[in-house]
Amino acid sequence: MVDVMRATLHDAVVTRRGKAILGPVSYQLPSEGCTIVIGPNGAGKTTLLKTLHGVERLSQGRVDWGIPDEIARQQQAYVFQSPIMLRRSVRQNLIFPLSLSGVSKAEAAERVTYWAGKIGLAKMLDRPAPRLSGGEKQKLALARALIRDPAVLFLDEPCANLDGRSTREIESLLLDVQKSGTRVIMTTHDLGQAKRLATDMLFLLNGRINDHGPADAFFAAPASPEARAFLNGDIVE
Amino acid sequence: MNDIWSGLQAAFWLLITLDRDLIEITLRSLQVSLSALVIASAIALPLGTWLAIRRFRFRRAAIAALNALMGLPPVVVGLIVYLLLSRSGPFGVLGLLFTPTAMIIAQVIIITPLIASITHQAMRELWAEYHDLLISLNTSNWQRIKTLIFDGRRALLTASLAGFGRAIGEVGAIMIVGGNIDNATRVLTTAIALETGKGDFALALGLGFVLIALALVVNFAIHVLSRTERDGRW
Ligand SMILES: Nc1ncnc2c1ncn2[C@@H]1O[C@H](COP(=O)(O)OP(=O)(O)O)[C@@H](O)[C@H]1O
Ligand SMILES: [Mg+2]
Repeated sequence: MVDVMRATLHDAVVTRRGKAILGPVSYQLPSEGCTIVIGPNGAGKTTLLKTLHGVERLSQGRVDWGIPDEIARQQQAYVFQSPIMLRRSVRQNLIFPLSLSGVSKAEAAERVTYWAGKIGLAKMLDRPAPRLSGGEKQKLALARALIRDPAVLFLDEPCANLDGRSTREIESLLLDVQKSGTRVIMTTHDLGQAKRLATDMLFLLNGRINDHGPADAFFAAPASPEARAFLNGDIVE
Repeated sequence: MNDIWSGLQAAFWLLITLDRDLIEITLRSLQVSLSALVIASAIALPLGTWLAIRRFRFRRAAIAALNALMGLPPVVVGLIVYLLLSRSGPFGVLGLLFTPTAMIIAQVIIITPLIASITHQAMRELWAEYHDLLISLNTSNWQRIKTLIFDGRRALLTASLAGFGRAIGEVGAIMIVGGNIDNATRVLTTAIALETGKGDFALALGLGFVLIALALVVNFAIHVLSRTERDGRW
């Protein structure tokens, strides 16, 4: 199981319109805990997460999870930066990933009840998902990602539209998830959140890994001047 | 003015008494256009969906061809089908000319591009919305198509209804390939053309009312469907 969750990037490059928006990046992620990716807008955070998940087309290099890509992705879940709602009810949105992998109706119903309760959507199960508020959509996307019990969970700014209370709820949920052994890889703009959740940090700048390390060390004394400036709230380009 | 007024009165009378000719012609119209609709939908809905989600070399060309076919004048379609089915044509031996089957063939050719094009538009939008999620969830091609067709079912129904509206009101092509033969290939539009020519406004207007009613029902249904589609986004 440990191998399943360890990703290595070998010279990975993503190019769009002739410009490298990520990389070249070579890096081996830790095999457990919560990795938080930070960096200014357009640094390539989303691209890095998608690359690790295997849904971004690489123009060079590769990502290695130690097992075939298809099998790796089967055990991963991804919460996109802007939540994607199926044009169905909340309940049907939660059932969807389960029905894809052939989970029985009875078991699916049980898991839906469990996760809807856990994420605070129990009263909205029969509402059309596209009509939820931004924050509710984000919670639904998170529950839909967790419902398959992924070994690896990717989150792209999962709390961007949430108020303080919802953010706290989500954070404690993410800590639970992490304790149960799920590998979490996420981005955030909230440095406080990064401090609360991260076991290790990646600082991206202009498509490259500018700095990285265990969370404690990173926050105490970032190695690169750019990372230090970013943590101080200065504008980094 | 008098002609029209008495025509209107007679038309109402035909409708109220459920005139035999009127019923027969209406039913034949429905039979031809519904058959064409089923066949065209069976081709166009999967085709439009497929064009929306598959990348292949001639995709753009295929879409351009589809849009061009949509603009084909029905009379020309009628002419071509006539030539193909006529005694000396390649399919002459089948003896299909001047039968309802010939009319169905012509209508299928006219409405398939229309339905496929509307389907393609709607499905492309839905696919753009769902793309990342469906890829991330490792769905098979078949699961993707099933999901899109299921969640896009309102748009697909709208596309089919638009095709039906075009088919039921079409006159040029079916006049040529059907021949407007009494008790055999006479339908609403061809009968209206004939009766108007003869100056029998009663039957023409009666048939006209039926046709208008059908068109209104179809357009109203499309309106309702596309409104719920926009409002609900689901
Ligand atoms: N499809 C694309 N075409 C061109 N540029 C893109 C595309 N996708 C992303 N980019 C660019 O790549 C850079 C990195 O994007 P992204 O990974 O989304 O950054 P982040 O998530 O850190 O804000 C940005 O400058 C963005 O504008
Ligand atoms: Mg981003």
